[in-house]
Amino acid sequence: MSAQTARLGVVILCHTALRRAAQLARFWLQADCPVVLHVDRSVSEADLQALKSDLGAHPLLRFSPRHRCDWGSWRLVLASQEASALLLKDFPSVGHVLLSSGSCLPLRPAAALLAHLDAHPETDFIESVSITHADWITGGLSEERFTLYFPFNWRRQRWLFDRCVDLQRKLELRRRIPAPLRPHMGSQWWCLTRATLDAILTDPNRTRYERYFRQNWIPDESYFQTLARLHAREIESRSLTLVKFDRHGRPNLFYDDHLQLLRRSDCFLARKIWPEAERLYSFFLSDQAKGLDPVTPEPAKIDRYFELAEKQRVEGRAGLYMQSRFPHADSATTKSAAPYSVFTGFEHVFQNFDYWLGQVTGARVHGHLFAPDAVHFHGGARVWHGAISNSAAIRDYNPRMFLTNLLWATRPERQCFLHGPGDVMDGTLSWFMATDTNAQISVIRGAWLLGLQDAPGSDAEKIARAGLLHRQEQDWVENLNSRHTLARVRIWSLAEFMQDPSARLSEIVREIAGEAALAAHGVPPLRAADGFEPFLARLRNQGLPAQVLKECQF
Amino acid sequence: MFSPLPAGQERWFDFRMQWKRRRLRARAIAKARELHLLKAGRRGRADILLFCTIRNEIERVDWFLQHYRRLGVQHFIFIDNDSTDGTRARLMAEPDTTVYGTKASYRASRFGMDWINFLMLRHAHGAWCVVADADELLVYPHWETRPLPALTDWLDQQHQPVLPAMMLELYPKGPLDAAPCQPGTDPTKVLNWFDAGNYTITHKPLLDCLLIQGGPRARHFFASSPNRAPTLTKLPLIKWSFHNTWVNSTHSILPRALNRVFATDGGEQISGALLHTKFLATVVEKARIEKARGEHFGNAQVFDAYYDHVARAPDLWCETSTRFEGWQQLEALGLISRGGWV
Repeated sequence: MSAQTARLGVVILCHTALRRAAQLARFWLQADCPVVLHVDRSVSEADLQALKSDLGAHPLLRFSPRHRCDWGSWRLVLASQEASALLLKDFPSVGHVLLSSGSCLPLRPAAALLAHLDAHPETDFIESVSITHADWITGGLSEERFTLYFPFNWRRQRWLFDRCVDLQRKLELRRRIPAPLRPHMGSQWWCLTRATLDAILTDPNRTRYERYFRQNWIPDESYFQTLARLHAREIESRSLTLVKFDRHGRPNLFYDDHLQLLRRSDCFLARKIWPEAERLYSFFLSDQAKGLDPVTPEPAKIDRYFELAEKQRVEGRAGLYMQSRFPHADSATTKSAAPYSVFTGFEHVFQNFDYWLGQVTGARVHGHLFAPDAVHFHGGARVWHGAISNSAAIRDYNPRMFLTNLLWATRPERQCFLHGPGDVMDGTLSWFMATDTNAQISVIRGAWLLGLQDAPGSDAEKIARAGLLHRQEQDWVENLNSRHTLARVRIWSLAEFMQDPSARLSEIVREIAGEAALAAHGVPPLRAADGFEPFLARLRNQGLPAQVLKECQF
Repeated sequence: MFSPLPAGQERWFDFRMQWKRRRLRARAIAKARELHLLKAGRRGRADILLFCTIRNEIERVDWFLQHYRRLGVQHFIFIDNDSTDGTRARLMAEPDTTVYGTKASYRASRFGMDWINFLMLRHAHGAWCVVADADELLVYPHWETRPLPALTDWLDQQHQPVLPAMMLELYPKGPLDAAPCQPGTDPTKVLNWFDAGNYTITHKPLLDCLLIQGGPRARHFFASSPNRAPTLTKLPLIKWSFHNTWVNSTHSILPRALNRVFATDGGEQISGALLHTKFLATVVEKARIEKARGEHFGNAQVFDAYYDHVARAPDLWCETSTRFEGWQQLEALGLISRGGWV
């Protein structure tokens, strides 16, 4: 029998989904690898018997003494020790021992792993990182795992655990690390050579080390990792098992839809697999052997996939407001999805300003999005992307979300729109735009007077309207001048702007489109301002206060 | 945007809502006598349950059962509110159902919520439950490859007892009554358009929940009074506890903490969508009946104009409607999120 025995022995620690553990055991047995199963003590006797009868008697199969292995407890190490000792004792031909769990899944045929181990007969595959560099630890202690006492269970007695750690920090209690050991940590799923494992198990100081490690936090991530550094001849500090942790340090589960991703891994096993992932189990345990072409390993692709997902969970997508993302008003994230430009008063100064702007910048230029009668989308559209309606009532129900929706639905296209004191000036909206880093806001104060000149109506009506527009404009400018403003804001009075209109306009447009476009299209012609001075004089003489007019004379 | 309450007010709202919760639960128990058990099914301890109040939905029942069985719902608990079209017999013939019947007023039982509250109090403690109407189909990230047990395992691990899933209203291209849907076929094949991005969200501090409104109904029927547009927030998947009560349909729940299914730090939590298949061809006929019954949610008078409008079979489609393709599309549009469930 031993002539056929493969050089790899497998230890499987299982506590749930015994059906899957049996499948895994069969997979390794078929490749003539000896298997030792450790079934957790919490598994009922009936389930254990069912597993045993399911597997039947097999010359290469053993069951190791059962322990109750809670997460991160010393018994996990104990179970691994006993199971590997049993394996080494009963199967002398075994050269490497692989520690795996019932929710690990081999990603490649057993022969591939055997060949890999044959090529590296002296190498221990164990992730073992010096604690001074272990910055990958998520959600936990690093060096203090080795220097504090941990009498309480982290999962069940969290409060006591935390207080106990606090107290020891305060009292500066420190345990001494036994002499030749240099603390290392890493993934608890390893593959060690017989020589190293033997040395660890028969170390004369074993009891002394064990007494120390029993008090450690999560010893299954440090016991073998530290001792391997002491005994191994050649360590490849990389686990053969692919594990992807989330930000709480818990392993992500793999499901059926990860099949193609897992095929691209350069690891030999992966964990954790969702026990009901039928497609994964049937593919990797049987189908794959049927001669599918192997895929080129692209581990970076797997990393990127998980990094992107993690980023989406933690940072979210900028500018998105939805049922499960509703950022705090002062959260550090960008408030809107894409850059946009707001122009106040420009349509009164230049002819066909919106058309020209569209030509030069290639951006989408709308009319007055917040006009009182309706939303003036580009080209007078009734609905815009995302089925955003042009109804003024819907927009005014939540003007801020109207804007964020528009920017989200049209991203990354730049949106430009006209916005003046004649529009619905909602306070929250003005403040939102002023404090949004994506906004570029350019204001010509008093330009509305040019518009008022052309508007129909008697002078008395115009004076009344001028008062309203002036107040609205003041509110708008006040928001923009706040010290909390984050938008790119430019404000000129009409007189200032008219000193050099083309230079001022070029300055804005350059930020959007660059020099070349500007050179090609030039600056739009100014509107004729005939009769503006007499118009202002007339208004003043009929009672319009001088401060309204003072910024407009040019 | 979200702005937190002062701590004192937060506690005061908590206190008020504690009493509201007890009142609603007592009310639900009082309403229990309106329900008669028609058929008791057997259910396992770890089953995922589904609760549904139903009335005259014979054309939707087949697909509804098929969809949720595929998702991994193991036992259905129906409250049949006096169906006349054979829905009741159909439900009682299924192996995995428990059916209650009632002739009492839907409106007087707070639109079925008293009944649901009572039955969940009685059957659902500790179980993961779906609460959906017959015209609501739940989808969530990866739903085609990962059934509900995978999701609930993960939610358990994340200590998140509720999955939010906003209602996404589907509609056909053309008049509402133009394309009939055969019973037992996928209604999203006929109703395959939706509004991608015209939803407004308001935070309601008293319940600490989000109020989502918008979509085709707001755009078409409530363009002049958008505040009256139907609420689209839904919490259809929940790990029930006898402490809980639904407040306002499944839009919000008490205790308040359960409504906090959204991240306020800029991140994204997990969420799904309830595909709302209300606008099947028969909605036009039903609008007339419903108007006469006057049992609609909220102020029934307000909805008269709405029913009249629906009865004229309008076309909800517009040039910027989006064709429904699947959950990946919904996630890309920012309507749902996988929220760390990689």
